[in-house]
This record gives sequence, C-alpha cells and structure tokens, in this order.
Amino acid sequence: MPIPRVRTTSLPGVGVQYDFTTREQRHLSVIAHRDGSRSLNLYRADDPDACAHSLHLSEGESAALVDALRPAQHSTALLHTTDLGLIAERIPLSGVSYWNGRLLGETRMRTATGASIVAVLRRTGAVPSPTPDFRLAGGDTLIVIGTREGVDAAAAILGRE
Amino acid sequence: MHSASVFIELGAIILVLGLLGRIAGRYGLSPIPLYLLGGLAFGHGGLLPLAASEEFVATGAEIGVVLLLLMLGLEYTAADLVTNLKAQYPAGAVDFALNALPGAGMALLLGWGPVAAVVLAGVTWISSSGVIAKVLGDLGRLGNRETPVILSILVLEDLSMALYLPILTALLAGAGLLAGSITLAVALVTAGAVLFVALRYGRLISRFVSHDDPEKLLLVVLGLTLLVAGIAQQLQVSAAVGAFLVGIALSGEAAEGAHSLLSPLRDLFAAVFFVFFGLNTTPSSIPPVLLPALALAVVTVFTKIGTGYWAARRAGIGSGGRWRAGGALVARGEFSIVIAGLAVTAGIEPDLGPLATAYVLLLVIIGPLTARWTQPAAEWFARRRAGTGPAPGGPAAAPLTGSAPGAQSADGLELPAPSSASAAN
Repeated sequence: MPIPRVRTTSLPGVGVQYDFTTREQRHLSVIAHRDGSRSLNLYRADDPDACAHSLHLSEGESAALVDALRPAQHSTALLHTTDLGLIAERIPLSGVSYWNGRLLGETRMRTATGASIVAVLRRTGAVPSPTPDFRLAGGDTLIVIGTREGVDAAAAILGRE
Repeated sequence: MHSASVFIELGAIILVLGLLGRIAGRYGLSPIPLYLLGGLAFGHGGLLPLAASEEFVATGAEIGVVLLLLMLGLEYTAADLVTNLKAQYPAGAVDFALNALPGAGMALLLGWGPVAAVVLAGVTWISSSGVIAKVLGDLGRLGNRETPVILSILVLEDLSMALYLPILTALLAGAGLLAGSITLAVALVTAGAVLFVALRYGRLISRFVSHDDPEKLLLVVLGLTLLVAGIAQQLQVSAAVGAFLVGIALSGEAAEGAHSLLSPLRDLFAAVFFVFFGLNTTPSSIPPVLLPALALAVVTVFTKIGTGYWAARRAGIGSGGRWRAGGALVARGEFSIVIAGLAVTAGIEPDLGPLATAYVLLLVIIGPLTARWTQPAAEWFARRRAGTGPAPGGPAAAPLTGSAPGAQSADGLELPAPSSASAAN
C-alpha cells in the first residue's frame, strides 16, 4: 500500500498545514490550527492554488472523522512525533531513483540535512543502523529521523531520479 | 470620592466598547475602527469628555501596546522568524520600498519634517496580521497556496518592527545621530541575542516559565514581560520591542498556555489603547486631513496589492493567487495605530494623529473588501481587455470543476506537487 508523501508547511500565527496529492491527482490539505481545530481543504480544478471547499472541524469532529477514515490496521508514514521537534518518517525509494544501487554514504545525508537514516526496510527484512557502505536499492523504505526541516530536505535528496 | 468617578467613567467606557464590539461582530467587521470612534466620542471636544480616569487609561494603553506585541511574539517561534527571513527577505524589501516610502513622501509633502516622515512610513508599511488572518479564515482561504506567502510577509513586517521601533523611539526622543546609532546597535544586538537564545535554549526558558497552575503561569509571564518591557524602555529600545522579544523567547507549552491565558487581558487593554488613541484626537481635527488620508489610502492600497502580487509570483503562484495575495495584504490596523500613538505621545506633529486615525479607519474597512474582490476585479478587467465574456459572479461558491476556461494564466502550475516555496524547504 503506497503512502503518499505528506508535505508540511508552517503557517506562522495560524498553525501547520499538511498536504498531499491523491492517486486521482486531487490535491487536499489539512490545517492544524493552534487551538486544536482543523480545516480540511479541497482545491479547485481551474485554479489549483485556491480552495474550492474549506471545512472547519472542531477537535471532537476531527477525532470522529479520523476514526471513520482509519482502516482496521492503520500504518502511517509518520512513525512518531515528539514535542521536542524531532520526527521520524518513512521515506520510500522509487525504482527509478538516482540512488538505486548507490551507497548510502554517497547521499551525504547527515552532513547536508542533519537528519539520520536509522534503518532501511526491505521485503527481506529490516537493516538497523546501516553503515555508509550500505548499498541502497529501489523499493527500499528508509526510516529518517531529524527535525522537520531536516527530514523534508532528506526527502528532497532521496526523491532524486 | 475620586474612585467613584473613576469607576463610573471606566465602566461606561468598557461597557460601550463591549456593545460596539458586539455590533462589529454581528457584521463581521474588525472592532478596531469602532473602538477608535468610541475614543473620539469620549475625547477632547467629543460628545462626553472624560476627566477622572485619564491617567488610568493612559497607563492601560501602554500596557495594551506591550500585551499586543507580547501576543504577537507568542504567535511565532524563533525558527519561524529565521526561516522566513532567509527565504523571503526580497519580498520584505519590496514590501518596505513600495509601502513605507509613500507614507514618508506624504509627510514630506505636507512639510512635516523627517521624524514625522519616519512615523508615517511605519503607519503605511505595516499590515495588520490580526485583521488579515481573520479575513483569510472567514473567506476559507487559509489552505490556499498563496497563504504562506502572505503570512511570511506579515512575519517579516513584524520582525522589522523590532528594528523600526527602537529607531523611532530614538528619533522621537530627539536623539542625535550618535545616540540613535547606539540605540540601534543595542536593539540589533538584543534582538539577535534573543533570537539566538530562543533557538538554542528556548526549551529551558519555557521550562523555567512553564507551570501547570494557570495562575502562576499568568503572573510569571506578565511579570517577566512588564519587567523586560520596562528595562527596554530604560535602554531607549521601546517597551513594545522588549515585550515582542519575550514572546519570541517563549515557545512550546509555555507559549500555548500563556496565549490562552493572556488573550482576554490583551483584548481588554488593546481596546483601552485604541480608545486612548481616539481620546487624544480631537474629532474636529480630522476633516482637514481627510484628503491626504484618502490619497494615501488609495496609493497604499495599490502598492500593497503590487507587493502581494510580486511576492506570490516569486513563489511560483498562478495569476489568480497573485491577485488574492495582493488584495489580502491591504488591511492596516493595530500597528499603524501603535506607531502613530508613540508619535502622538511624543507630540511631534499635531495633524499626525488625526491623519493616522483617518487612514486606519479607511484601510481597516477597505482591507477585507480588497481581500475579497481584488481577484474577480482583476479577472474582469483582463476579460474586458480581451473583449470577451460577461462579468464574473463572485467566486464564493465555485464549482469543483473548471468553470472559467481561459481564466487561468498560462503559467498557472499544473496539479501534482505545488512547489512549497514557503517556509521549511
């Protein structure tokens, strides 16, 4: 089950926006307001920058919606968010990735972004703490831990084709 | 029975403010213009001149400014400020050039001298984050792709205040070039140090302040803020900036808690501040400055629209979003009044207060309208020029499918993956 890459944008003074594009090429976003309420936004087809609908949900309504959306066993891209400002994220490596067959050390990930790759998940099993001479392959899922900016930057590097 | 008359006057003022606020809420307006009008009514030469409570109102107004800036600082984390500064400084520079200069030019045209020019530049430069965030929420546009651009311009303006206010305070105090430079250096070093400390040790500060008991948290935050504001004022850096920096330094749990606790206090004292500003303005002094205020309003409406358009284009946003960003930025509000208030207290130019009042009254009313109608108007003009089609209906209930073929600019981005030109990346 492919998980879309959810982008995070900080909206200073308002909250945080999470957005992604669905398989049907529809773009949708959720704004987490600081008071705990949420906005669910769908975008117009003729102007992809503008919301066609913006639904404001209270905390309780959001919880109810999450329960309705949640499949029996939910797996999310976000492993764990602490309030210390560190996040862990699963970042999939596509089959046409530039890094397919290259060494982990070549990404220079920690130097460039400050984020660490703490494990690589393959169908054959998980590799904890991969060393720089670990050879990446398309279809791998990398567990990256860092600040939000760092993980976003890491995703940008790993997305290279 | 001095206290009796103080209570009666204060009670009357606050009660009238509450009723005015209810009227504003019913029509979805910002209460700021009504508070100003209320102040005008109570003030010198108004309907009901007040006497007994003036001293309290004056102090309350100063506390109002401090709380306004503190809450603004609490809205932002130091990381927000730094990332926005790195990513968007050209937009901030364009914003300053297009919107501060008309104000300065107008003051020089009226022959008010350089200090008044600096004041009026600030009045026309700083958009109202409060009014704009509310309008965007009401229009359901918080999720739009141009919104991060709008917000980063607001962040940059608010951050600029940390430099602008000390300069202004020094100028108003009649400081020479040397004293002014020293003040500016102190302000720069302090702001830099606070940002650095907040980025590095924000958690420690917040842990020191944070407390489970709301009462203790309220007292600690309020005490700390007033203390720092007072010290900043002593150093000639302006109390408001001190409060703003305290707000920046607090993050996480402490900021969240303080935010919810101090909101009502801020609302009360900010209202008192707007009234105080109105009190100090004689209603009969407004008509003579109405024409310059109107001219300034018209010019700065267009310069703000231009600023937003440019910044959104730079972030790779389609033409509709550029007009929306421009229209949203127009509203000026509380900070124009804060800046003018400092000048009025210093007593530099008698007509400055009335001009600022008239200007803010105009723009706080025009702002939400331009936010709503700039894009349809721009598209209508474009269509007129292209010589096709009827005038558009409002975009309020736009269908989900394409409704206006050809209305989208050629460089409007295709759907997947809008570039996050905003913060963080």
